Amino acid sequence: MNATSEALSSQAAAWSVDPKDRVMDCRLQKIFYGDFLAVRNSIVPIEKNKITGFIGPSGCGKSTVLRSLNRMNDLIPIFRFEGSVTYHGQDIYDKSIDPVLVRRYIGMVFQQPNPFSMSIYDNVAFGLRLNRFKGDMDERVEKALRSAALWTEVKDKLKNSGLSLSGGQQQRLCIARAVATEPDVLLMDEPCSALDPIATRQVEELMLELKENYSVALVTHNMQQATRVADTTAFFSVDISQGGRTGYLVEMGETRQVFEDPQAQLTKEYVSGEFS
Amino acid sequence: MASNPFAHVVTKVSGPPSAVDYGADKLLRGVVWGAAAVILLLVAYIVFELGRQAFPAMLEFGPEFIYSTTWDVQAKQFGILPEIWGTLYSSLLALLLGGILGVAIAIFLTQDFLDHRVSNVFRTIVEMLAAIPSVVYGLWGIYVLIPLIRPGANWLHDTLGWFPFFGTSLSGPGMAPAALVLAVMILPTVAAISVDAFKRVPYKVKEAAYGMGTTRWEAILKVMLPSASSGILAALVLGFGRALGETMALAMLIGNSNQISLSLFAPANTLASLLASSFPEAGPIEVQALMYAAIALLAITLLVNIFGLWIMKAATRKFEGK
Amino acid sequence: MTGNISQAILERDLDSLPQLKGSVLEGRGLRSRIYTGITWLLAILAAFPLFSVLYMLIAKGGARINWETLTELPPSAFEVGGGIGPAIVGTGVMVGIGAAISIPIGILAAIYLAEIDPHAKLAQIARFLAKVLTGFPSILAGVFVYASLVVAMKSYSAWAGGIALAVLMLPTVILTAEEALKQVPQKMKDAAYGMGCTRAQVISKVTLPTGMPGVITGVLLAVAGAAGESAPLLFTALFSTYYINGWEGLSEPTSSLSILIYNFSGMPYDNQIELAWTASLVLVLIILLFNILARVLGRQKF
Repeated sequence: MNATSEALSSQAAAWSVDPKDRVMDCRLQKIFYGDFLAVRNSIVPIEKNKITGFIGPSGCGKSTVLRSLNRMNDLIPIFRFEGSVTYHGQDIYDKSIDPVLVRRYIGMVFQQPNPFSMSIYDNVAFGLRLNRFKGDMDERVEKALRSAALWTEVKDKLKNSGLSLSGGQQQRLCIARAVATEPDVLLMDEPCSALDPIATRQVEELMLELKENYSVALVTHNMQQATRVADTTAFFSVDISQGGRTGYLVEMGETRQVFEDPQAQLTKEYVSGEFS
Repeated sequence: MASNPFAHVVTKVSGPPSAVDYGADKLLRGVVWGAAAVILLLVAYIVFELGRQAFPAMLEFGPEFIYSTTWDVQAKQFGILPEIWGTLYSSLLALLLGGILGVAIAIFLTQDFLDHRVSNVFRTIVEMLAAIPSVVYGLWGIYVLIPLIRPGANWLHDTLGWFPFFGTSLSGPGMAPAALVLAVMILPTVAAISVDAFKRVPYKVKEAAYGMGTTRWEAILKVMLPSASSGILAALVLGFGRALGETMALAMLIGNSNQISLSLFAPANTLASLLASSFPEAGPIEVQALMYAAIALLAITLLVNIFGLWIMKAATRKFEGK
Repeated sequence: MTGNISQAILERDLDSLPQLKGSVLEGRGLRSRIYTGITWLLAILAAFPLFSVLYMLIAKGGARINWETLTELPPSAFEVGGGIGPAIVGTGVMVGIGAAISIPIGILAAIYLAEIDPHAKLAQIARFLAKVLTGFPSILAGVFVYASLVVAMKSYSAWAGGIALAVLMLPTVILTAEEALKQVPQKMKDAAYGMGCTRAQVISKVTLPTGMPGVITGVLLAVAGAAGESAPLLFTALFSTYYINGWEGLSEPTSSLSILIYNFSGMPYDNQIELAWTASLVLVLIILLFNILARVLGRQKF
């Protein structure tokens, strides 16, 4: 057993979830952008029907980790991944797996609202059409918009451009678009960073509803948000000792335990606000 | 495509892309690759075809073609030195005028001289200058410009005739009207690229200049102009390249006369207008010679344009800190 | 009272600072004013040819604008009347052929450059060559098509003219379409990839529709430029005094507005010269129409 896998197994012992409750089992050994080692040695299980929060200082690689979970990073030519991400018993980084297929099941909501330059209706129906959905399209669109708490605001202007909405509405539109196809897992990358407090609260309520049907992984830079919505929290930090800026998982556990009784000194400093 | 390993995942909608989707993806990649390759093939084919057609003439007339001055179809003597001279001379004159005007207009448009509406008017004027076709400038040159400048030109010749630039009188078409029209035609190119060059100078540079207590013109001449200099140089070189290849207006205005003269009022000829005026009626041997001239024009313009693009690239990088 | 005192103090203070009131500032101000005046003069000088051309087009060309002129055949030497009908049709047909060839190839190549593999060797070379080709003398496109097509077909033709125009339109279409597609925000494309779109689906459902206004601008500008070209038609399409006659007519010498202007400009007959001005007006109007369309349709929505 080499040093890397030893480090991995020691962390795995710190937070273990019954395999049948895991929807994804992510064993990240090394994530590179070119020669730059962005993330190392992190084991992050994503639990079924729970919200897993990723917190940590900026530059700790939490977004990189999230974007590795549905192979969005494959779009960056210099991205290189070592390790495995197991989803329903299948390593999604296996050579036989097409990243496009992965993204059909593991949806994503981005940091910046990014509606398409088309009508509100078409934005939500986009994924349904993409998957050649045969059922009642109107009903699906309404359901998705309702679950994103946007229906009452837009029901009379479904033909308007998605870009005509306010920032908060755009983000909820993007959430509606993501949930319309009912993906198995939803990855959310700081979905509230561009939102005002009211919209943030709406999105948080939405997340709590979504976990009934989905498994959610949430990156947030806002610790209060993690305590409000996350069932499990993973704390990442950044290691600058080797002259680089390499992110790694410090501690993972039930949210309350991580915030109230952190095991690692780094976590303790971070959650108490000593280290931003 | 391999079978879907996630088919058992309970979701009502999600499914793998169909074989058609994957097929379309492959097809699109192939087709767009092919389309991008077309431009390589096109350029290669242009160079090959022109080279092949000119090859017999290159063998027969050799390098002498470049520096001999007669174009006599009957005697089968061909030389393009007067055309090379005319091409470079007319383009240089045009650059002198059009370059100054173009850069001045770029300063005018970028250095807060005008309120928004007036500057939009000038922008539109420059764009419309670029939209008017070469033949229309030629027509205008014949019926407006030449009659307009002839009295002045002939006065200059009468009083300052000892000066080589005014050595002949202007009887009609000639270098001066050709260069003037050419200047108008390259002005939009020079202005547009110079405007970009000025806009690339970071605002903080201008702010720093004003912060030192300079007047607007000191800021423009001592700070902005040097900062944008490489971009402006690119504008001038590319404008020059445009002038070298310009055909119709020159064919209509320069007089198509096979002579080398410093005089602004003497008729002359350029490579492009030689091609335009001789090609349609040329016999097989003259066509070969014209192909050789076309290769010479191609070589000159390619060199100038590549040089211009190279400066532009360097100028673009200047403020990106690369 | 106190006001007067402070006024007095102020004046005395100013007097004690003669260098501020003195020649330095005034000199700079005067020089500034001269420079500014010169700049205005140059700007007006540049505007003169445009207004002069426009005046001539309207005064000389506008006089003969009527249905007869727009539809009839060009007159022979001593004839009166006549028109520019075949030239208008010929220009339209050849620009159409050029557009039909260059637009699909250009947009597809732009997709490769902007979206599929922007940093590949092929993309870098293609982009560079497209830029070089924009400075390519248009007469050389004519020489090239003459050598490769007219000689082989043994005839001047609308096909040859259209293909020569396509050679000139292609780089404009490629470069402007690439620029337009690159303007589509990455976050929109990320959203599409994130939903499990294949690359072709991202391009066809998001990138192309979103970037379409900019692509259309590029296409219309290329069309406008091609309509005004004359050098490449000179010995590819040559000229004709008759309308294009059906499909087979495309293989025969074809008339165009720009060559008509060129031919008629040198003739010693007033009738032909008037028609040259009318043809110029029609040509400039066509080009301006495409320029305006390019602006109106080219507004990006995001």
